[in-house]
Amino acid sequence: MKRLRYAGVLTAVALALAGCGGQKIADDKPAAGGKDCGTFNLTVSPWVGYEANAAVVSYVATKDLGCKVVKKNLKEEIAWQGFATGEVDVNLENWGHEDLKKKYITEDKVAVEAGSTGVKGVIGWYVPPWMAAKYPDITDWKNLNKYAGLFKTSESGGKGQLLDGDPSYVTNDEALVKNLSLNYKVVQSGSETALIQSFRDAEKNKRPLLAYFYEPQWFFNEVKLVKVNLPKWTAGCDAVPAKVACDYPPYDLDKIVSKKFADSGSPAYDLVKRFKWTNEDQNAVARMIAVDKLTPDQAAEKWVKDNQPKVNAWLGR
Amino acid sequence: MTAITSDAEIEVRRPRRSVVAGVLLVVWVAAYFLLRGIDTLALGGQDTTALHRWLNDHRYDLGQGNVLFGGIRIAVGNFVVLLQDLISQPSFDRPVPVIGWLGVVALAAYCAWAFGNWKVAVLTAAGFGFIGLQGLWQESMDTLSLTIAAVLLSLLVAIPLGIWAGLSDRAFKVATLVLDLMQTLPTFVYLAPLTLFFAIGPAAATIATLIYAAPPAVRLTAHAIRSVPPESVEAARSLGSTRGQTLTKVLLPMSRSTVVVGINQTIMAALSMVTVAALIDAPGLGQTVLTALRTLDVGVAFNSGLAIVVLAIVLDRVTTAAGDRPWRTANIRRRILLGVGAVGVLVAIWFSHTYVWAAEFPSDGVLGARIAAITTSVSNWVQDVFGGFTYGVRDAVTNALLNPFEGLLTGSPWWLVAAVVVALAAVLGGWRAAVPAAVCTGLLVATGLWQDSMVTLASTLIATVVVVAAGLALGVWAGRNHRVDVWIRPLLDAGQTMPPFVYLVPFLALFGSSRFTAIAAAVVFAVPVTTKIVADGIKAVPVATVEAANSVGSSSWQVISKVQLPVARRAITLAINQGLIYVLSMVVVGGLVGAGALGYDVSAGFAQSDLYGKGLAAGLAIVLLGVLLDRVTQAAARRTQNYQGSNRIRSRGDKR
Repeated sequence: MKRLRYAGVLTAVALALAGCGGQKIADDKPAAGGKDCGTFNLTVSPWVGYEANAAVVSYVATKDLGCKVVKKNLKEEIAWQGFATGEVDVNLENWGHEDLKKKYITEDKVAVEAGSTGVKGVIGWYVPPWMAAKYPDITDWKNLNKYAGLFKTSESGGKGQLLDGDPSYVTNDEALVKNLSLNYKVVQSGSETALIQSFRDAEKNKRPLLAYFYEPQWFFNEVKLVKVNLPKWTAGCDAVPAKVACDYPPYDLDKIVSKKFADSGSPAYDLVKRFKWTNEDQNAVARMIAVDKLTPDQAAEKWVKDNQPKVNAWLGR
Repeated sequence: MTAITSDAEIEVRRPRRSVVAGVLLVVWVAAYFLLRGIDTLALGGQDTTALHRWLNDHRYDLGQGNVLFGGIRIAVGNFVVLLQDLISQPSFDRPVPVIGWLGVVALAAYCAWAFGNWKVAVLTAAGFGFIGLQGLWQESMDTLSLTIAAVLLSLLVAIPLGIWAGLSDRAFKVATLVLDLMQTLPTFVYLAPLTLFFAIGPAAATIATLIYAAPPAVRLTAHAIRSVPPESVEAARSLGSTRGQTLTKVLLPMSRSTVVVGINQTIMAALSMVTVAALIDAPGLGQTVLTALRTLDVGVAFNSGLAIVVLAIVLDRVTTAAGDRPWRTANIRRRILLGVGAVGVLVAIWFSHTYVWAAEFPSDGVLGARIAAITTSVSNWVQDVFGGFTYGVRDAVTNALLNPFEGLLTGSPWWLVAAVVVALAAVLGGWRAAVPAAVCTGLLVATGLWQDSMVTLASTLIATVVVVAAGLALGVWAGRNHRVDVWIRPLLDAGQTMPPFVYLVPFLALFGSSRFTAIAAAVVFAVPVTTKIVADGIKAVPVATVEAANSVGSSSWQVISKVQLPVARRAITLAINQGLIYVLSMVVVGGLVGAGALGYDVSAGFAQSDLYGKGLAAGLAIVLLGVLLDRVTQAAARRTQNYQGSNRIRSRGDKR
């Protein structure tokens, strides 16, 4: 008993000595933020391309303008609601969403457009590269019926399977299958994770797969998917959703900010407004995040170092 | 004993019911071949009905800018932020939280020791240390803050409600209905509207967690109070106890261990919401999981999933130890030790407040990176070795079982399916089952999602059958063998709290994107809770009863089937019910791996503004399926009990 007590006292003394020898916590934070930039809330939508945009913009805003950037991981729809509640100030990559623009920009006037990101979005039907090599004519939609038997699965009820992805994707696939008289059934994989995993498996094990996908996407760095050409898109051919029989339009991805943020006069708003780069730029950063496993901040730092002139243009220097 | 007489009665009664049910099924299949394809009420993926559009147009009507919601949001939000300031986030103009890792570990271990015993105290310290070494200290503390807030608020509401439902039959009925709704309504359905009332962030996430986590505590508290033998209550009454005295001196102490199981389940449910809540920006480990899944990084997702599991196991063991600790005042020696310990904790907190080494966990996360790398290679190995075989299993089960069954449900005219369901309910459970069955099928038609509901129903039934079979087998095994129980429990906890998102990627690799994958994920998620409740019930069978059966030379199988299972009947009914509800709560997650139908509709409603109404209707359809199946199984169970002449339960119900 006595010995135990001594041991206890000794340990306490040792701990105290060790502790007192350690470095103390500074009471004051290093000078917080710049004077005129302040804080803004940046939504981060759940795909890596967006993450690349967010990484670079918040890196530049923090380092060069001294802003405080609060990143929030949100689904698109929730982020739009955030413009109204004041929880979100900036969306750095918006895919169309005309209905939401109408509600939040035109009707409620809580958000405004802040121009293009320079990134071009492509949506379409893709096959793994081994299929394109083995069946060269599969990339023409007219031949899809010929190959329908290949794409049969336990889920497609005897027809060929056309796999769709995340429910938030913009899609006309059911109408397309019907209007182009394709012997296919649209099967919902339900998430981007499921879709990418399916493509990965299809290429690795040489399983046939026809699925909805989009560019720019980090996964193209791993497997170079091949797009199937649907009837060419012309302005207005997709006006009536139920009658669509043409390919998806090219998307010009743009930025949305809250009205409050746009009127704040913050230099961060000018940065967001001037921010513009290319598919290759975004892909380079996305690759560092997804494949090389850098943190978004490290990836941004690396890219900014190599592309200072572009960053200077955003900063108006 | 009763077992013998009841057997005689079962011999007479049971065949008749199963024959009627069998005839019904044969008639259904025959009619299906005649009427296939008529009135199937199919609805395309992007199509909506008038009801869906109406819901869409009126979704902003409720609660915008409401003072009450605003008040709740601020109160809950401040509570969570306070906890975060204390243990996880830099606060009060300091680069670190008020209490650093040393203080948190000391405090947690001390509480575990004071409320439980020294063993769980060691476990707590080891668990927290492990999380720190994983390189996830701050994320884990964020998750812990949110969980503590949600659980405390849940219990504040749930325990009184549970007591009320335990004492009053009417309250019990209403509570059961509401709880079914809360537990089966997919979180995704109220996640988006919640952000309208409570904005984005910790407050909304806590409230979403609270809604999901409170029901088990209410349910098990009520169950515990109702399971107290009426003799004890009558004895107390006859000795002149008032109602209040009976409650505090008899009912609560006697039901304490089951109430603790309820608290325990609430904690588990709260932790299982961590990832879902991250969708509305709840801070913590869920964020890490979701970010990792964007790049299909199974290793990193598993590492943070593991941290959630470790938190769950620590909290589970501490609450269980607290529940087992007898109610008596500590002796002098323990009091002195507690006092000394408290001083030690204060010193540790002071250190962690003052010095950097005690504030920031000294780890570069090497262990976490190691775990992630190992998981990734194991997962790849499993995929490479079993990939082809598992696709074969999937196709066999899907073609032989799932497709025909689903075809029967979706291909028959809706009125035929509805008639068969109501008739089956009447045969199995009498009017108590038939009336809810009729109401629910009617409302299912009204949601406009009949066919999707039938697809989901087919998968749900198959998953539930597997869950109940596995849960009974494992539960009986664990309930009879203490050593098995000790070994199996960490696995059960892991299965219940490891976010399903983590194992979705390996499952997708093994089974592709399909309904089978969704069934497999639901089974993994629901088996643990079923097993736990069955094991608990088997353990509660009085030792004397089992001994008596053994002494007359019964075989193990006879002891199980004639004594333990019948005596634990209530627990088993509860286990089936919970298994079913857990399977249904996975419908939406199943939608993420190819289950389609209602699960997909719900997540589409969450993602696309013009499908919001349809998503809400799909959420309601899942609830209706839950209520329907729950009512039928409960009524069937009650009927079986009545046949067996076990009037103990009935008479108690009448007296109350």
